[in-house]
Amino acid sequence: MSTLSRKRSLPGFGLTMGLTILWLSLMILIPLAGLFVKTAELSPSAFWATVTAPRTLHALQVSFGLAFAAACINLVAGLVIVWALVRYRFPGRRIFDAVVDIPFALPTAVAGIALTTLFAQKGWLGAPLAALGIKVAFTPLGIFIAMIFIGIPFVVRTVQPVLIDLDVELEEAAECLGASRWQTIRRVILPSLAPAVLTGFALAFARAVGEYGSVIFIAGNLPNVSEIAPLLIVIRLSEFRYADATAIAVVMLIFSFIIIFILNRLQHWAQTRSLAAA
Amino acid sequence: MTIEVRNIVKQFGSFRALDNVDLRVETGELMALLGPSGSGKTTLLRIIAGLDWPDSGSVAFDGEDALARGAAERHVGFVFQHYALFRHMSVFENVAFGLRVQPRKIRKTEVEIKKRVGDLLDLVQLGWLADRYPSQLSGGQRQRIALARALAIEPRILLLDEPFGALDAKVRKELRAWLRNLHEEIHVTSIFVTHDQEEALEVANRVVVMDRGKIEQIGSPGDVYEHPASAFVHSFIGESIVLPVDVQGGTVRLGERRLDLVAPASASGPSKLFVRRHDVTVGPSGSGVFEGAVKAVRAFGPMQRADVVLSNGHGDTLIEIDAPRDHSLKVGDRVGLQPQRYRIFADA
Repeated sequence: MSTLSRKRSLPGFGLTMGLTILWLSLMILIPLAGLFVKTAELSPSAFWATVTAPRTLHALQVSFGLAFAAACINLVAGLVIVWALVRYRFPGRRIFDAVVDIPFALPTAVAGIALTTLFAQKGWLGAPLAALGIKVAFTPLGIFIAMIFIGIPFVVRTVQPVLIDLDVELEEAAECLGASRWQTIRRVILPSLAPAVLTGFALAFARAVGEYGSVIFIAGNLPNVSEIAPLLIVIRLSEFRYADATAIAVVMLIFSFIIIFILNRLQHWAQTRSLAAA
Repeated sequence: MTIEVRNIVKQFGSFRALDNVDLRVETGELMALLGPSGSGKTTLLRIIAGLDWPDSGSVAFDGEDALARGAAERHVGFVFQHYALFRHMSVFENVAFGLRVQPRKIRKTEVEIKKRVGDLLDLVQLGWLADRYPSQLSGGQRQRIALARALAIEPRILLLDEPFGALDAKVRKELRAWLRNLHEEIHVTSIFVTHDQEEALEVANRVVVMDRGKIEQIGSPGDVYEHPASAFVHSFIGESIVLPVDVQGGTVRLGERRLDLVAPASASGPSKLFVRRHDVTVGPSGSGVFEGAVKAVRAFGPMQRADVVLSNGHGDTLIEIDAPRDHSLKVGDRVGLQPQRYRIFADA
């Protein structure tokens, strides 16, 4: 790749790279290293016992499983929303566009309380759902909904600029070649959006895994039922079992890193396939 | 496949892009739509392709109503100015696209698709690029791949929108000759849009000159150059000397000076006199319709070019003329200029 030599010839490489390393170290790497140091206080067997305890495993499963499911829902819903916002002109479009960002801006506790009130047994949505025998608040389903809520903006905001820039001629070319509307979407539009969609998915997933504020209000937080891993960490901290808390954190960190790394590679692969750096 | 366009009107807001356009394209023709930007040529092409819809009028392919079908059912190959290649697909997959999206019943097998795409890539002489991605190709290569992709569906009609517009001059020239040869080989009814007169005259069998949503003239390249039907065509195609003249009862005047020229019956009042530069003979003073003084001489190639100030009674008019290299011309010489061929069109 010739880009490597070109990057070197750009001025300021030393300075920007130095600042990057300094900043990442100060803000991310050193605090995280502390996590590992603290965890090292545990003997390997104690560490293993902590992270494989049924309660821990269940909490991890809830956090990662529901975050993944929520990110999947957000991927589909986000694509639909972004399509409507970009491709059609309708009254109130700008307002809808702004509404998408609300989950970003709202304090998560407020969101949690609002969702809990809404889905509580006597809430606007909770009551009719209860009549159907569906309980949302204080169940894993509630966690799932909170995670969907906070993840909405990610897919929309990452895909939106790409869809705006997508050349209409590509769709016209596909149409002239005999492709149906659906074939055009599946074979031309979606693959062109794939890198951005994957990025949005990864962000929504990461946000949902780490989400605490909005989830704990609606979750009910029953151990082995609706307890998320971040909450378990807080509980261990309040019990002064710091090493146990960091052990769970380390496992979360490693899992998250692996998943985000894989998604990044996928995204990179999708990108280079379309840009195919010469 | 013949294309019959009748009374097409297309309005964009208050802008009339096409104003009652009639056009008939014969089977196997290679036709150029030539005009300045905003003349409606691309809109007409897109309407034929089914990418735009006229406000009124009809389009028929071999007598069959084309407007009843969408672009996907018209079986028209369309080549875009900026290629519109699918960036996430290899060259092979780009060309194969039209074959892969065919309804299952008539879809070719993988082996047949391979063979067909291979043949097409050979046709555009780019078989060796099959595994590359569009971003790895040069502009000229991309345009040829776009053409191969359009041909894959065995189109009944091939439409090209400014096919060489985004390429540099040298590649344009090569591709022009190449397109003409290709057309002779495959002989599919083709229309291409261009604002480059040289391109239109060199490549097409027939040229349609358009201006402001109307067709000004349809004819062979020789026709539109030698016998322009309107002032617009004369000034748009080839370089012309244009002089404002006044025609009264068949008498042509440039300023105060009476010119010994014959005006057509259609011209009366303020008009324009058009002369091709190479149709002007330079002689000694008094030998021509015009009198003038040489202001500057530039010699290059087989010709020399001179700026001549015409003496026409009031005000000075500067024109540029061509003369053979061996003709002695010096700054300050008085010369007589005789137009061998000329046209006069009344001002609109």
